[in-house]
Amino acid sequence: MGEKKKKIIKSIKIDVDKCNGCRACEMICSAFHATPKYSSNNPARSRIRLIRDPLRDVYLPVYAGELAKAECMGRDKYVIDGKEYDECGFCRASCPSREVFKEPDSKLPLKCDMCQDDPPQEKPLCVQWCINDALIYEEREEEVEEEVKLEDVEIGLESMIDKYGMQKVMDTVSRMSASKKG
Amino acid sequence: MRYAETGFNLEIDLTRGSIERVATDPRLTELHLGGLGTSAKILWDRVPPETEPFSPDNLLIFSTGLLCGTPATGANRTIVTTYSPQTLLMGYSMMGGFWAPELKHAGYDKVIFRGKSPNLVYLWINNDKVEIRDASHLKGKGAVETAELVRQELKEPNAQVAAIGLAGENRVYMASIEQGRSSASRLGLGAVMGDKGLKAIAVRGTKDVNIARPAEFIKLCNEVLQYIKIRGEKPVPGVMPILAGLGSPQEMKLVDEEWHTQNFMWGNARERKRDYWNKEIEEKWKATQESVRTRLISCYNCPMKCGATISVPGISTYMMKCFSKLTYTMAAFSDLDFGFRIAQRATEYGMDGFSTPQVMAFAVELKEAGILTDEDFAGCPSDNEGKFYWLLDRIVRREGIGDVLANGTYWAAQQIGKGAEAYAHNNIKKHEQLPLKLGMLNPVYYLMYCTGEKINITQIEGQFPQAPFPTMEEREDFVKDWIQVPDEKFKQYFLDWEFRGERSNPYYPTVDMSVDIVDWQEMMHYIDDALGMCAGLSSFPLKPPYHIHNYPVLISSATGIDMDEAGLTQVYRRNRTLLRAVNVRRGLRRADEKPPEDHWKKRFPELEEKLLDAYYKFKGWNNQGIPTKESLHELDLDYVAEDLLLRGILTDNEDTPSKETSLETEKK
Repeated sequence: MGEKKKKIIKSIKIDVDKCNGCRACEMICSAFHATPKYSSNNPARSRIRLIRDPLRDVYLPVYAGELAKAECMGRDKYVIDGKEYDECGFCRASCPSREVFKEPDSKLPLKCDMCQDDPPQEKPLCVQWCINDALIYEEREEEVEEEVKLEDVEIGLESMIDKYGMQKVMDTVSRMSASKKG
Repeated sequence: MRYAETGFNLEIDLTRGSIERVATDPRLTELHLGGLGTSAKILWDRVPPETEPFSPDNLLIFSTGLLCGTPATGANRTIVTTYSPQTLLMGYSMMGGFWAPELKHAGYDKVIFRGKSPNLVYLWINNDKVEIRDASHLKGKGAVETAELVRQELKEPNAQVAAIGLAGENRVYMASIEQGRSSASRLGLGAVMGDKGLKAIAVRGTKDVNIARPAEFIKLCNEVLQYIKIRGEKPVPGVMPILAGLGSPQEMKLVDEEWHTQNFMWGNARERKRDYWNKEIEEKWKATQESVRTRLISCYNCPMKCGATISVPGISTYMMKCFSKLTYTMAAFSDLDFGFRIAQRATEYGMDGFSTPQVMAFAVELKEAGILTDEDFAGCPSDNEGKFYWLLDRIVRREGIGDVLANGTYWAAQQIGKGAEAYAHNNIKKHEQLPLKLGMLNPVYYLMYCTGEKINITQIEGQFPQAPFPTMEEREDFVKDWIQVPDEKFKQYFLDWEFRGERSNPYYPTVDMSVDIVDWQEMMHYIDDALGMCAGLSSFPLKPPYHIHNYPVLISSATGIDMDEAGLTQVYRRNRTLLRAVNVRRGLRRADEKPPEDHWKKRFPELEEKLLDAYYKFKGWNNQGIPTKESLHELDLDYVAEDLLLRGILTDNEDTPSKETSLETEKK
């Protein structure tokens, strides 16, 4: 089915030891994604969030990833170098169990897009503004197997055929098309 | 729509428990920008000069600056303003951290408190929802501890909390307002907060801050950030390490304290230890510092790392910045380990790390001189460090001699008498100063010490090197990329400045040059204080990223207000003069404008008079330091002139001397 293809994977390496906790990443992310660009800013709309607990020396910049519709079951704690981290601190999901990665007004989920821009930005804006190098932009080339993807309509029709049989589906489609034309 | 600012203030009446959201006049932003400028205007308009600092009629104003919450790097300062119990003048102190941007995002430019709550409360601002909540369970809690407890109670880890400790609750004149890694420490603002029954203000905001001309503004912000990066790689040669870079003096990062320990005074600003620093001490202090310093940290939207998280084993974690690292150490003739330990307790109490150590060292001196007695020190441990902990605990609780000392060295000396006044030797306008005693009078510093309304040299100085450079080659090298000068003449002032001979202190810089230099230094501070910009990126260091040439466009593109260099200079003059008028109305006169007598060994009374005369004249003030009717008119401050005339502080006839008064005579 598939064939090998080269793909550029964009990623951001996070060095938490270098984070000084200033939240410039949150600020500039929200400014870049404002419409028009930079016309407003609001860290609450940012697609990067600094999970920050200064007295316990917890500084975790985390990027918005996929939407998780349901809360996960039981969240673990990690102890790293004597510091306790909540699993949420590493999770990229916009999910029902926390406020982050949702538009404050509509509660719609947010997702990092690596600052897609025309002309393209050299690096995502959060990386550009983190001059302490806690955030490092990296590109790597990977060979990925490209699957031949079924179109949405095809997937839908296949399941209808599974359920009702080919003939029934064909009859229905011709009847519908005749009545629409008439 | 309003840009950069929100256009709304919160008005909180603590007596009645009322909360109002009030729209502000955009014309005032054009006249004063914001921050300190508009807060001074509110104090002038609404608090009569006879109001006592601890009166319910006194206002306590927490203000953002005009650029706070915008992408401008380092615009994060909260400016707190009220009448100070310490100086009785207008008190303003600023803190970095995260509070001001959060308030902007909640939808407010300022929070203005009046009245007094009958019981201890805290304010919770959560966007449009604002409530006064009971704080009786927080009574006596530490300032850092309180912030944590409030966040837990509200289940809002992202709330930013400004809080007082026990010192503020007990109206100790050195009480600070603490907020994460920052604090508004000077002039007793925490005492006014405590007097109002206000333990803390928690704020959470998730609204947008808007920019008028985004493309233009972000381009400038990017240039500033790039400059900070390049400047970080290029420290200024020929000056001591802590003055070579940007930000506050980098004392959390640097271990080398040769300069402070050998040039600043120990004890009650008394003893200079010229040969203190050596390899052994450096290694010991390095070990101490590195064992307690968990991380170097920043304020909101700033790459500088001026603060640090400090975790001393066995006591709770706190945050520190700048010179407070050494103030306790040096006041007690102790070492750095003691400094970090006692500062933790003082931070939880919410105390000014600047005045507090001096007050304690003053008490120790008075005891040694026999002016304070064994009875005053009954129960005090005999070891040196123990004595300082004991004094700190007494002062904060206002117990015994602590109740007297809690009013600072000036007022304590008045109350103790028996010659104690001579020991309160390091004050300007009743407030403790940096423990610095020098040889030759520096005319620029003389003027700044005398006339600064902040009454704290670090909030007045900057931009211009503190001393000449030895060779012409070094000077030429320094001025080559000195783009920050408002006028090319400043380069020549610096090039011609020598260590010895005709063109050296005290007669060079000349009187007129000194006035020019001070005006530039003040200008940058006043602009910063209105914008909420950290002095560490603008008015304080040499060759900063923000200056008089890029500020006008930055302000204009952020706010949409038309602004050029002349316009911005006019705003600065207006704000500077208004602050002076607020203090003049409270009794400030020429007689109050003097540095500590022993600040310099070599003094020049005639020259000093000339300097002050020239400074006043340049500012458009009369020889008492009172703004004239004409200069007030030029600054759109006719209402100030009218008031000063009505009170007889100004007279219509310039030749008639105005009513003689001074704080010294009036308040005794």
